[in-house]
Amino acid sequence: MKKKKRLLLFFGIISLLLLLTACGKEESSSNESSNNAGENKTTETSEAKKTVELLNVSYDPTRELYEEFNKAFAAHWKEKTGQEVTIQQSHGGSGKQARSVIDGIEADVVTLALAYDIDEIALTRQLLNEDWQKEFEYNSSPYTSTIVFLVRKGNPKNIKDWDDLTKKGISVITPNPKTSGGARWNYLAAWAFASRKYNGDEAKIKQFMKDLYSNVEVLDSGARGSTTTFVERGIGDVLIAWENEAFLSLKEFGEDEFEIVTPSLSILAEPPVAIVDKIVDKKGTREVAEAYLKYLYSDEGQEIAAKNFYRPRNEKVLEKYKDQFKDLELVTVEEFGGWQEAQKTHFADGGTFDEIYQ
Amino acid sequence: MEFTLKRKKKNTIIPGFSLTLGYAMLYLSIIVLLPLAMIVVNTLSLSWSEFIGIITHPRAVASYKLSFGSAFIAGLINVLFGTIIAWVLIRYDFPGKKIIDGLVDLPFALPTAVAGIALTTLYAPNGWIGQFFDFKISYTPLGIVIALTFIGLPFVVRTVQPILQNLSREVEEASASLGANRFQTLVKVILPELYPAMITGFSLAFSRALGEYGSVVFIAGNMPMKTEITPLIIMTKLEQYDYVGATAIAVVMLVGSFVALLIINFIQWRINRKFNY
Repeated sequence: MKKKKRLLLFFGIISLLLLLTACGKEESSSNESSNNAGENKTTETSEAKKTVELLNVSYDPTRELYEEFNKAFAAHWKEKTGQEVTIQQSHGGSGKQARSVIDGIEADVVTLALAYDIDEIALTRQLLNEDWQKEFEYNSSPYTSTIVFLVRKGNPKNIKDWDDLTKKGISVITPNPKTSGGARWNYLAAWAFASRKYNGDEAKIKQFMKDLYSNVEVLDSGARGSTTTFVERGIGDVLIAWENEAFLSLKEFGEDEFEIVTPSLSILAEPPVAIVDKIVDKKGTREVAEAYLKYLYSDEGQEIAAKNFYRPRNEKVLEKYKDQFKDLELVTVEEFGGWQEAQKTHFADGGTFDEIYQ
Repeated sequence: MEFTLKRKKKNTIIPGFSLTLGYAMLYLSIIVLLPLAMIVVNTLSLSWSEFIGIITHPRAVASYKLSFGSAFIAGLINVLFGTIIAWVLIRYDFPGKKIIDGLVDLPFALPTAVAGIALTTLYAPNGWIGQFFDFKISYTPLGIVIALTFIGLPFVVRTVQPILQNLSREVEEASASLGANRFQTLVKVILPELYPAMITGFSLAFSRALGEYGSVVFIAGNMPMKTEITPLIIMTKLEQYDYVGATAIAVVMLVGSFVALLIINFIQWRINRKFNY
């Protein structure tokens, strides 16, 4: 009898603990963004919406872009409505950022590297509609980028195109597609090139990818990590990188050390943006969040994107920065059946990327 | 075998046993047991064959070998050199001793990512140390061992130090006066006293190294089948929203390290018996 009682007590305590942690979880998740939520509440009551805060959860290489853009938008919004807006930025690996939104960070807008990551927020937590990508123009991607090569000055290994990367004795640096959004674009770009070259012969494409990845010396977990490995550690002959990341390295470390090589074919990387519906409705920030993302499409927003080495959608602005962005054939992820499909065939466990390392 | 609470209360002189035990259990449950239970609960949604499929994937298996192997080697290196460092710090006096003593703790305090980046820079082919070697150190298993040795060092030094401190010189003098040479004294008198502490230090350093992520991920190179550590496999699964797969691998780590610690404890028990403590 006594034993039974004790057992009951034990389970009682355990369930109590579970309850406690459940409450704690909710509390902490709201705490993380309490900075803006809390301030919102006070301002709503006392100052009648004079100031508003937005949280933009983004990925790594957009740090410089949004620093500049946020200032411009704040000025624009103040002029238009008289309201002060402060925007908090959060940066990190695209997948990790999406996970923190899924786990409860109250982001008003997300600006990530892959549509797949935003899809995941829509699918697992229903924080936004599944057809979120139709909300803004151009697949909700106000700026695009592509994948290029960064080589050492003078291009000593004479790297011109993707098939040079599969040659013996070339050392390639690229991040791991399993952990990095950018690396997935790299992988698909190489695949698209091989697909053209071999007329879609899958066995030959896979061999091409195998040759390419057997030349990879270090698989960093993120795009910035790969850049560091190539630029600062001096490892590798070629870095497969975001175009904006490559330009940034050139700007930071000087053009006398590195060169950008544009391959004949690459992929049109469309980093998407989206409003997190449920959260802006809860916080009452929909109006400003919408204006924020729309402003990315404005002339000024496009200009800032171009200045930060993202390809603008606006033809006029693109024309102005024509010398910066070389013309090349660009395939889109639609060629792979969209991100859900591409993820399944190439990057999920047992996909083509795993086959390479079997 | 009926123990009632009343009798226990009578038996102990110090009051508050049930209160403190209750507190200890509650605290341990919230801080340790619940999180660990969550890992297991998460994996329960897998069927047995799925679970086996995930944990026996060739890449996962290669990573276990690497993680357990390099943690083991790093632990051994630390036991050897950590004991020497503790010896020097206890037995000799020299200027700057306090500073060196303080330096030992640095790996504890340093954020592991900083350690990882610093080590990678040093041992990269163009780094200060790396340039003197013909072979690569960063981005190889050797680099991983170096990082794991770095973060594990304080554990051995700090467990061996107090034992050495309390070792009385008289015993050594006695062994010397009985005709033992320095080596015999070391092996037959001093080391047996130190074994338990060395093994504890080893197991601490080993288990710390096993789960290490921050410092290793930079120096490892992360090549599948070659330099991919198990914590990275877990991260890649999380990055693909595969929470269940990630926890499945985590369970393997948990069970593996538990078994390893069990074996170490068993060895310690045997040694204790052999030397009659």
